[in-house]
Amino acid sequence: MLGQQFNCCQHSGLNMTMASVSNIPVSELNGRFGRFTQWCIDRITDLGEIILDWMAGLGSISLFGYRMLCWLFTRMPRRETILPNFYQIGVLSLPVVAITGTFIGMIMAVQTYVQFRMMNMETRLGVVINLSLVRELGPVLAATMLAGRVGSSMAAELGTMRVTEQIDALSSMGANPIHYLVVPRFLACLMLIPALTVVADFFGVAGGYFYSVYILGIDSHHYLENSQRFVGHFDLFAGVFKSLFFGAAIALIGCHRGFNCEPGAEGVGRAATSAFVISFVTIMLLNLLLGIFLDGIYFTLWPETPKITS
Amino acid sequence: MVATSLPTNESNKPLVKIESLDVDFNHLRVLRGINISISRGQTLAIIGESGCGKTVLLKTMIGLLYPSRGAVYFDGQNLAAMSENELTQQRIRFGFLFQQAALFDSMTIAQNIAFPMQQHTHKSGDEIQRIISARLAEVGLPENVLGKKPAELSGGMRKRVGLARALALEPEIILYDEPTTGLDPIMSDVINELIVSTRRRHPVTSVVVTHDMRTAQKTADRVVMMYPLERLKENEPQIIYDGPPDRIEDCPDPRVTQFVRGEAGERLMEMRQQNGR
Repeated sequence: MLGQQFNCCQHSGLNMTMASVSNIPVSELNGRFGRFTQWCIDRITDLGEIILDWMAGLGSISLFGYRMLCWLFTRMPRRETILPNFYQIGVLSLPVVAITGTFIGMIMAVQTYVQFRMMNMETRLGVVINLSLVRELGPVLAATMLAGRVGSSMAAELGTMRVTEQIDALSSMGANPIHYLVVPRFLACLMLIPALTVVADFFGVAGGYFYSVYILGIDSHHYLENSQRFVGHFDLFAGVFKSLFFGAAIALIGCHRGFNCEPGAEGVGRAATSAFVISFVTIMLLNLLLGIFLDGIYFTLWPETPKITS
Repeated sequence: MVATSLPTNESNKPLVKIESLDVDFNHLRVLRGINISISRGQTLAIIGESGCGKTVLLKTMIGLLYPSRGAVYFDGQNLAAMSENELTQQRIRFGFLFQQAALFDSMTIAQNIAFPMQQHTHKSGDEIQRIISARLAEVGLPENVLGKKPAELSGGMRKRVGLARALALEPEIILYDEPTTGLDPIMSDVINELIVSTRRRHPVTSVVVTHDMRTAQKTADRVVMMYPLERLKENEPQIIYDGPPDRIEDCPDPRVTQFVRGEAGERLMEMRQQNGR
């Protein structure tokens, strides 16, 4: 109920604010200075409009997320809606996540080997590769793959449903579109992304090990022993914890873009691309904030940590 | 006093009452000051040019769009004042046939028609199958469409499936949004016949939005004509005709008679004047 009214009146408020600001009379100032000032005011007006649009978008998606959470806790979605989504989002994403993870592990080995060799610390290569994978690259990679595969396809599918009035049809038959369409997808992303992260981590570790030991010729025993010493449970936990937030963001942004799709084929295309772009930027932002947060917790709980050069 | 079967005001209360309705989209006002009362069992045709707000009015009647000012009352209750649960309950009493049928692409025809029953009732699989077969027979479709997806059917067949789906829960009021648009003349007449026979078989109130005069005259017992707001003056009403279909040709308003007869003369002059300016 709120959503509809909000969409109707948000733009009218913004336009009126912006219009009143740019009507400040500067015609008294003459010539080039007056025109330059007018140009500055126009640019500030544009900037203000963009910022207000972002604020309105942020508000819109927060309201959307709130309504979805309310529906999440009322009733479990039907089995026919959850299982196909689980299959699409989880099972079909596995191959691409596995392959990407393997390559990232190997690339890391390639890039860091030369520097470590110069310091005669190549047995510590395992620590660098595995720690980076488990804490950063695994979660971010799995999330990016999911945003590309699932985020934009959710936006396109829901956008097409919006454009062909299927979402209105759902409402007219007494089914809430958010409960029927968004909740199953949200649950699927949230519950499956930890598994995908672990798969990315595993294949990255395996790829890095394979390349380091069999191609670069690093001693296997020391590679594994050092890695085991410095990569701890908390690092794995941190990675999986971050991935939960990424999954939630991808589902919410993808579905929101689809629901608020503009009419026509162009609108659907724009919804799909903006779903991926906004998801990706949000993932990066969340990664930074969560990284700071988790580091703070880590150093509070374990003030004396083993350092890589000790 | 001996009690009779129905108190008199019960049968006189209109099913749908629209009071001073205004609907805006951003800055653009689409409906202004609409007042309509629809009684039970009536079949109302809403006609008018493309873009005069007929679909907006229809969607406002079921609560898919919200009034900017004014109110829509369904069976005495204000739709905008209802909670989401109450609105869901009331929507079971409506059937809505969308312009492009709005069938769910990912489901088969059988699943599409079964959808409202699975949402709201606890009927067994067999009973749902029986109801689906009955509705398909009513709309004149063969049983072999049940396993197909909507993309495999023609436009006319999709519309008929949409009608079967709208009828699945035996609603009290059915809303048709341009049911014959885009269909060939014979298929249009099939749909008109279906609207009439539906009314014969079930005691429904119908609202048909159309710009096909044949549909309006064949199916309706009351016609309302609307005019686009941007070509009206400040104090003119948006509804320019409200009455029985057989008297519409005698209406003194030239806009009405030109629409009914499909005469473009004055409209073309208006458009040339606009472009010339």
